[in-house]
Amino acid sequence: QEDLRVDGRGCEDYRCAEVETDVVSNTSGSARVKLGHTDILVGIKAEMGTPKLEKPDEGYLEFFVDCSANATPEFEGRGGEELGSEIANTLYRVFSSEGTVDLKSLCINPREHCWVLYVDVLLLECGGNLFDAISVAVKAALFNTRIPKVRVLEDEEGSKEIELSDDPYDCLRLSVDNVPCIVTLNKIGYRHVVDATLQEEACSLASLLISVTSKGALTSMKKMGKGSLDPESIFEMMETGKRVGKSLHTALQKILDEEENLGTSRQKVGFLG
Amino acid sequence: LLQVQQKRWKVETNSRLDSVLLLSSMNLPGGELRRRSAEDELAMRDYLQEGDLISAEVQSVFSDGAVSLHTRSLKYGKLGQGVLVQVSPSLVKRQKTHFHDLPCGASVILGNNGYIWIYPTSEQKDEEAGGFTTNLEPVPLSDREVISRLRNCIVALVTEKLMLFDTSILYCYEASLPHQIKDILKPEVMEEIVLETRQRLLDLEG
Repeated sequence: QEDLRVDGRGCEDYRCAEVETDVVSNTSGSARVKLGHTDILVGIKAEMGTPKLEKPDEGYLEFFVDCSANATPEFEGRGGEELGSEIANTLYRVFSSEGTVDLKSLCINPREHCWVLYVDVLLLECGGNLFDAISVAVKAALFNTRIPKVRVLEDEEGSKEIELSDDPYDCLRLSVDNVPCIVTLNKIGYRHVVDATLQEEACSLASLLISVTSKGALTSMKKMGKGSLDPESIFEMMETGKRVGKSLHTALQKILDEEENLGTSRQKVGFLG
Repeated sequence: LLQVQQKRWKVETNSRLDSVLLLSSMNLPGGELRRRSAEDELAMRDYLQEGDLISAEVQSVFSDGAVSLHTRSLKYGKLGQGVLVQVSPSLVKRQKTHFHDLPCGASVILGNNGYIWIYPTSEQKDEEAGGFTTNLEPVPLSDREVISRLRNCIVALVTEKLMLFDTSILYCYEASLPHQIKDILKPEVMEEIVLETRQRLLDLEG
C-alpha cells in the first residue's frame, strides 16, 4: 500500500533483467531475456514466402510460442498449449497495428515473393510476468535480426530469378523504433503493480495488459483475470503503463546499442555462463 | 495446510510425503486437557483451513517416511501476517532454538525443512489462544521495511550459499543497511554484502 512490496520494490519497479542477443547461431536473430526467475528465448528465422492476398506488397510475421515442460510442472505434456496459444494471439494483436514493423521493407516482389519472419518464443522458466519478458525478448531479437539482401533478376522469358548476395555481412536490419513492449499491471487490493512475481500474481484477481511503443502510444489493451476493474482505475493503470513503458523502452534501447557497439569483441555468455 | 481430513490435517512440509497433524496433537482454544469429542471433529475447519500456515514440531516419523506433527506448546500454532521464504533445507543450520527475535525489530522462524517465516515481533508475550487468533491489523511501514530487507538478505545469503542462522542473518542485515532494500537483489550488491558478512563471521570465530 505504501509503495513497498515484499522484496522491497516500489509498485513501478522492475526486477533486475538480463538481455543478451545473438545466442542461437542458426537463426536470423535471437535474444534471451532473464527477468528475475523468468527465462525466455526468442529465435527469428527469415524465410521466403508468398505475400498475403490482402496485402500484396508487404511481408508478415508469424508467432509461435512453445511452453517448455521445464518451465513449471503445469506445462507437462500438453499443459502449456493453452497458455502458448494465448500468448501467441496476444503477440499477433500487439503487432497488428500499422507501423509497428516496417512490413514493406520485407517485400521482394509484390504479389510473388516476400520475407516471412517466423518468431519462435520458448519459455524456459516461469517466474511471473511472462508477457513483459516475452515482448522485450521479441524486440531485442528483431533488433538483432539480419535478413540477407536479395536481388531480383529478370530473365529473357520474363521469369524472375532471385539471387542472394554473396557477402554474408550484407544484410537488412529492421528498425525497432516503433516495436511495442507489453506492460502488465496487476491489481492487488486497491493498488496496481508492475512486474509481478509468481506470488504477487497469485494474489491479484485482475490484470491489464497494455502494449506501449517507445513514444508512449498504446497499440493494444487486454484485460485478464477473473476479477473486475473499476473504469477509473483502468485510466490510472493506463497512465502508469505508458510511463513505465517509455522508461522500459529507453533502458532496453540503451542496452541494445551498447551491446551493438561492442561488436565482435563481445564475450558471449549464452547458456553456459 | 493442504487438506482437512477425518481426524487430522494434511500439511505440506517440503518433504517426500505430506505430513500429518492429528487432531489430538493440536492445541484447542480454552484449555489443553480436553478430550477431543465428535463436535471438535466437525469444527476442525474452524481452527485450520486449507491454505493456512502453521508452525509445528515433529513428533514422530512413520515407517514410510511420513512425518507426524504436533503443536503442543503455546509457541506453535497458526501463523499470522508475515513473509515466507523457501530455501534449500541444507542451508539452514541445525540449532537448538528455531525461533529468533532479531534486534532489528522482526522475528524469524528457521524451519529445518527450508521454510523460513519472517514476522513482526509482537508486543505482548502472553498470548493464551495458542496461536489461533490471527492478527489482521495492518502492519506499520517501518516493520514492513525491516521484514522486506530481511527477506532480501536471506535470498542473498542463499544465492551465495552461506549457512542460515540467526547471527549470519543479522550480520547480513547490518551490512545491507547502507543500500536500498530493492538494490540488495542486484548481483553486485549481493556479492558485496555477503562478502562483508562472511568476513565478520570469520572474525567471530577467530
